Amino acid sequence: MLWYTGRRILQMIPVFFGATFLIYFMVFSLPGDPILALYGDRPPAPGVIEQVRAQYNLDKPFIVQYLLYIGGLFQGDFGTTYSGRPVSDVMAQAFPITLRLATLALFFEAVFGIIVGLVAGLRKGKLFDASALVVSLLLISVPTFVIGFVLQYVFGIQLGWARTTVSSAAPYSELVLPAIVLASVSFAYIVRLTRASVADNLNADFVRTATAKGLSRRRVVSVHVLRNSLVPVVTFLGVDLGALMVGAIVTEGIFNINGVGGTVYRAVILGEGPTVVSFVAIMVIIFVVANLLVDLLYALLDPRIRYAK
Amino acid sequence: MTQILNENQSETIDTSETPLLQIRNLEVGFRTQRGLVPAVRGVDLTLYAGQSLAIVGESGSGKTTTAQAIIDLLPGTGSVTGGEILFEGRDLTKLPAKEIQDVRGRLIGYVPQDPMSNLNPVWNIGFQVEEAIKANGIAQGKEARLRAIQVLQEAGLSDASERLKQYPHQFSGGMRQRVLIGIGLSARPKLLIADEPTSALDVTVQRQILDHLGTLTRDYGTSVLFITHDLGLAAERAEQLVVMYRGKIVESGSSQEILANPQHPYTQRLVSAAPSLASRRIQSAKHADAAAPAIFSGDSLDATLIARAAEREQAAPDKPLISVQNVSKTYRIRQQGFKYNELKAVNGVSFGVQRGTTTAIVGESGSGKSTVAKLILQLESITSGKIEFDGQDVAALKGADLLKFRRRVQPVFQDPYGSLDPQYSVGNTIAEPLLAHKVGTAKERQARVLELLDQVSLPASTRYRYPSELSGGQRQRIAVARALALKPDVLVLDEAVSALDVLVQGQILNLLTELQTELGLTYLFITHDLAVVRLIADNVCVMKKGEIIEAATTDEVFDNPRETYTQDLLAAIPGGNFVFGR
Repeated sequence: MLWYTGRRILQMIPVFFGATFLIYFMVFSLPGDPILALYGDRPPAPGVIEQVRAQYNLDKPFIVQYLLYIGGLFQGDFGTTYSGRPVSDVMAQAFPITLRLATLALFFEAVFGIIVGLVAGLRKGKLFDASALVVSLLLISVPTFVIGFVLQYVFGIQLGWARTTVSSAAPYSELVLPAIVLASVSFAYIVRLTRASVADNLNADFVRTATAKGLSRRRVVSVHVLRNSLVPVVTFLGVDLGALMVGAIVTEGIFNINGVGGTVYRAVILGEGPTVVSFVAIMVIIFVVANLLVDLLYALLDPRIRYAK
Repeated sequence: MTQILNENQSETIDTSETPLLQIRNLEVGFRTQRGLVPAVRGVDLTLYAGQSLAIVGESGSGKTTTAQAIIDLLPGTGSVTGGEILFEGRDLTKLPAKEIQDVRGRLIGYVPQDPMSNLNPVWNIGFQVEEAIKANGIAQGKEARLRAIQVLQEAGLSDASERLKQYPHQFSGGMRQRVLIGIGLSARPKLLIADEPTSALDVTVQRQILDHLGTLTRDYGTSVLFITHDLGLAAERAEQLVVMYRGKIVESGSSQEILANPQHPYTQRLVSAAPSLASRRIQSAKHADAAAPAIFSGDSLDATLIARAAEREQAAPDKPLISVQNVSKTYRIRQQGFKYNELKAVNGVSFGVQRGTTTAIVGESGSGKSTVAKLILQLESITSGKIEFDGQDVAALKGADLLKFRRRVQPVFQDPYGSLDPQYSVGNTIAEPLLAHKVGTAKERQARVLELLDQVSLPASTRYRYPSELSGGQRQRIAVARALALKPDVLVLDEAVSALDVLVQGQILNLLTELQTELGLTYLFITHDLAVVRLIADNVCVMKKGEIIEAATTDEVFDNPRETYTQDLLAAIPGGNFVFGR
C-alpha cells in the first residue's frame, strides 16, 4: 500500500509538468496582444509597452517564459497579474471559496444521492423508484443555469429563505443554495448509479446466502448490499470533485461568487499566463490527489483490490 | 410414487412420527410479461428427522426452486402459488417475514451451490461466520468468535483461528465451500438444504467435502436435503431419491431401487446417460464380446460410441500429428517490489497425438492441463521444449503460416455462455472465422453456415437466433460448428462438456464422435471428468502439478491405474460403486 501510494505520488510529477506546459502554451498561443489590450483604444508611449513586456517576460521566447515561470514557482513566486497583484494573493482569496462550495456540493450529492439511490434500488419498479428516475432524468437534461435561476428565484426572491447572491466572505450558510444547484446534476447520476448497483447486488448469491443465515433484512441491506454497492459510486465521486470545481464557473456566475471559476475566466480573457496556469495547476493537483484518495478508498471498500505490487 | 416412499420408510422409521419436512402439492410460479410461468407444479415430498433425501433433475427442472421455496428465498418475481410446506407441523408458506427469518439458519441451514459467489468478497471470513452465529442467538461477543473458530474447524479448516481475518479471495474453492458448510451448520439446524454443494469443485475435493458433510450431519442428527443434477452423487449420499422433470416429481423412492430399476422413461434416460455407467459398459463389452451384443443392439449412445472405439483401435498408428516434446511453461509472478516468483505451470511434458484419434488430458484444477491446451493453440508462448504440428515447429510460425496453423487447429471452450458474443446472431458467429480468414464470398459463407448447422444437428432457422435464446447444449453445438467452419484437422476441446447436464453432455459427446468419423478429426480433450474420458478418448494423459504422471491407452488407465493419484481420481467418480440398471 505504501509502495503504491509512493509510486502514485511520483507519477504526479510528470502530470504536473505536462499540464502546466500545455496550458502555458495554449495561453501563449491565444491571438491578440494582452498588453496592448490593457490600454484599450489609446496606445501608450512606445517605451512603456516595451517596459511592461520586459517586466512580464513577454518579450522572451515561449520556452524561456515557461522556464522562468517554473523557476519562480520553486521559489514560491506564482507571478503577478497584469494589475500588479501577486497571483498567490488571488489564489488565497478564490480557492477557499470554491473549495467550500465544491465540498459542500460533494457532501450533498453523496449523502442524498446514495440515500435516494438505495431506496430506489430496494424498491425497483415501485412508485418511489419511478419518481426518482424521472426527477434524475430532469436534473440531467435541464442546464445548470436554468436550475440555478429557478432555485434563486423561488428560494431567494419568492420565499426569501436564502440570499440571492453571496457576500465576498462566502460563509457556508450562504453557500448552501449554490451548492445544491452545483450538486444537482451529479446527484442525479449518483442516484442512478447507486440504484443500479444496489439492484444488482440484491440479486447476488452472497446476499441470498446472507438471508439464508437468518439475518434480518435491515442487516442484509446495510452490511451486505450497501458496502458492495458503494465501489462504483466512490469512483464517480472522486472524478466528480474535479468536475465540480470546473462546473462551479456557471454556478459562481449565477450567485456572483468570487471564486476560482470567475477568476480563471477573466484571466483567460486577459491572456494572463501565470494566473491561468497557476490556478489550473492547483486544480490538476486537487484532481490527481482526489483520484489517489479514491483508489486508496477502493482498497478499503473492496479487499480484493490490493496495491502491494 | 409416494407409496414407494412410504413403504421404504416403514422398514426403518415409525411412520406415525410427524415428518420433519412435508411438502404437499407445492406450486411455484414466476411472474413474467407473458403471465405466470409455473416452475414447480404439484410437488410432494416427505423427509423424516435424521434422514437424507436428494432431489435430482437437470437444470430448469425446478429442483432448486423447490428448495428455495422452503425458506422463502425465491429470486425476483417467484412466489408460492399453491400447496403447503410443513416444517415440524408449521406451514412455512404462511409464516410472516419475521418468523421465517427465525427459521432460516437456526432451524434450516442452507449450503449454496457456487462457493465463488456465495461469500461476500468485502468482508472477512470470521465476520461472515460470526454474523450467522450472532443472528441466530447462539453466542455473542467473544464467545461468538470462539464458536466461529470451532464451527470452521469442524467443517475441516484446521487452521481456522489464523485465517479468520482473511478474505474469501484468499481461500480456494474447496475451502470456501467448507466455510459455507460451516455457516450452514453453525446453529445446529434440524434440516440442512445443500443445493449442488460441490458441483463447482474437483472430484477429489468433492468427495472429501461430501464425506465430511456426511459425518457432520450424522453426528448432529441433521436431516439433509440434497439438490443435485448428478445421479451417481445423489445415490451415494442420500437414502431417498426424488427425480424431478419440468417442475414435477416423476419418480421417488429409495436410491438403490431407483438406480437399479428406474420406472419413469425420463429416469431411465438419466440412468442410461450417466457417464460412469456407460464407461463400465464399454469395458465389459470389449472383454466379453460374445455375451454382450444384446446391449448395444439399439441405436443408443453407448452402442455408437463402442463401435467407434473399436474402429479407432484398428487404425494403424503412424507419425503423430501433434508431437509435444519436453515442453515447459513458467509464469513470472510479481511479488512485492521488483522480486519475481517463478511458477512452473507445465513442467517437461511430452506426448504425441495420432491423426484421427482422441487424446484426453485429465487433472484437477491447477494441474496445468489448460495451459497445455493454450500452448498447443499458440495462445501462450512456450518457455522451453518443442511442439510440432504435422512436422512443423509451432513456436516458429509467424504471419501467414501462423494463420494457416490456426485454421487447422481450432478451440472449443468450456463455457457456452461466455464464449459466444451475445450481440452476434448464430449465423454471424459461425461465419466469423470464415470472414476473419477471408474464405469465400458472402453467399458461399452462408451456404457453409447452413452446412455446419446441419452437421451439428441444428435447424437452419437457428442462424437468425441469438445466444440468449438458446439452451446450453445448443450453444455448445454452435461453438463446435464455429470451430469446424474452417475445416480444421484438430479440435482442442477445453472442458467442452463440463458445464452441461448429463443428457445434453451425452448428445454432444455423440456428436463429437460422429464428426470425428465423418471428417477424420483429431481431438485433444481437456477435462477433469474421468467418466467422460472413458466415453470418448483413445489415450489418456493424467496431469498433476504440471507434470504428466501417467500416460497410456484409456483401457489401461481405467483397468490398471498405476499411480495412486489416478486411482484416487477414479475412486472419486460419484456413483462409481453403484450398479446402474437400465
